[in-house]
Amino acid sequence: MLAKRIIPCLDVKNGRVVKGINFVGLRDAGDPLEQARWYAEQGADEIVFLDITASVEARGTLLRMVERVADTLFIPFTVGGGVRCVDDFRAVLRAGADKASVNTAAVANPKIISECAETFGAQCIVVALDAKAVHGAPPSNGEKKWRVYTHGGRKPTELDAIEWARQAEALGAGEILLTSIDRDGTQVGYDLELTRAITDAVNIPVIASGGAGTLAHFYDAFAKTNADAALAASLFHDRTLSVPQVKNYLAERGVRVRWRFERKRFASGDTSE
Amino acid sequence: MIAIIDYGMSNLRSVRHAFAALGADARIVDTPSTLKNARALVLPGDGAFGPAMQSLTARGWLEPLHAALARGAPFLGICLGMQLLFESSEENGAHRGLGILRGAVKKFPRAAGKLPQIGWNQLQIQPQSKFLAGIAENAFAYFVHSYYCAPMDENIIAARTDYGISYASAIESGKVWGAQFHPEKSGADGLKMLQNFLELL
Repeated sequence: MLAKRIIPCLDVKNGRVVKGINFVGLRDAGDPLEQARWYAEQGADEIVFLDITASVEARGTLLRMVERVADTLFIPFTVGGGVRCVDDFRAVLRAGADKASVNTAAVANPKIISECAETFGAQCIVVALDAKAVHGAPPSNGEKKWRVYTHGGRKPTELDAIEWARQAEALGAGEILLTSIDRDGTQVGYDLELTRAITDAVNIPVIASGGAGTLAHFYDAFAKTNADAALAASLFHDRTLSVPQVKNYLAERGVRVRWRFERKRFASGDTSE
Repeated sequence: MIAIIDYGMSNLRSVRHAFAALGADARIVDTPSTLKNARALVLPGDGAFGPAMQSLTARGWLEPLHAALARGAPFLGICLGMQLLFESSEENGAHRGLGILRGAVKKFPRAAGKLPQIGWNQLQIQPQSKFLAGIAENAFAYFVHSYYCAPMDENIIAARTDYGISYASAIESGKVWGAQFHPEKSGADGLKMLQNFLELL
């Protein structure tokens, strides 16, 4: 059976991790490669790198980082942030990323999803959907609504989250990375209502993100919604919880997880050609 | 030299580096004539079946590929590269494959689950498999696909995986091997499988 995935997310700026694990096991707490490998050894199923570099000039730095990661990481990884066009996708994928995620650019120009899906295959197109609950007068049918935000959660759009998820799937997205802006950074738990609404609306995998704070939050994401993966950042970086802890907790409660953690480093530190 | 065939369809870098980590001389080749000097062939691939066959044909890979197989060079197809070995695929219409193995590539039934299947799934391994020697029963491997191979000859199935249905996730026909999953992305077990492939050289 397909396992539920646990995905640590690393924020990267100018090719360096800005919010990551910081402890004696690592020689360099800012090195994306070292951090990713450490998480892989811990049993992470995948890694997401979120590039928060603002400037266009820094793209080359990001691509060199992606190449270095691809050279030594033997689990899949996704690169998001600043992927704006088909050429950005191509560059990131050619550098060795398995998937690339797109948010703002896809909202502005949804055709980017279909163009990329046709060119590279749906499997590597992740649509990052940042959603925030709409407050105020309840809609006539009484159902809760969420609005799509872009620009790192700063800019509201007119798009309804459920409608946008459906459209992204129809355009050829292979996966949705669903972040609750309301929950992000709060550690009070994933937005289960939102996650359920989106997983019910589409037939592509959904990664739940935003709000993980306890072991039970991961369990709830899988037991109470149809999410395929759960992502967390600071929870893992701060070492509040470890990936093996989460996986053991889930396994004990009957959630299917990949149980054989990587214990051994296969590649030496230097694999340059 | 292990030739990783570059026909413009996929991320080849991780395949090369997985072999490099095992100390093998694997090179990405984009000139079909290079296959003459190759000791083994690796055909990776993501994306769609039809465009992949078109690309292999248009770039002149078919003849040198068949020639290399005829002289018994070990062959590893990964993901779409495994699917291309078969006679046909129903991905976006009907397409002819390389026809090296008998059988067809089919879409998962909708009831199977979300498509694509993305993530780590388990292998039920044929005990005699050389490809999967040393890999534990029910080991996890990383999959990304919406179509699966249905071989005519079930004896070539090296592993099965369940995703709504039980399907062939690895095949082994002499020195022609195929993995529907990505060994280069399947951690230590995946590297062990690639090591097994190197034993064929």
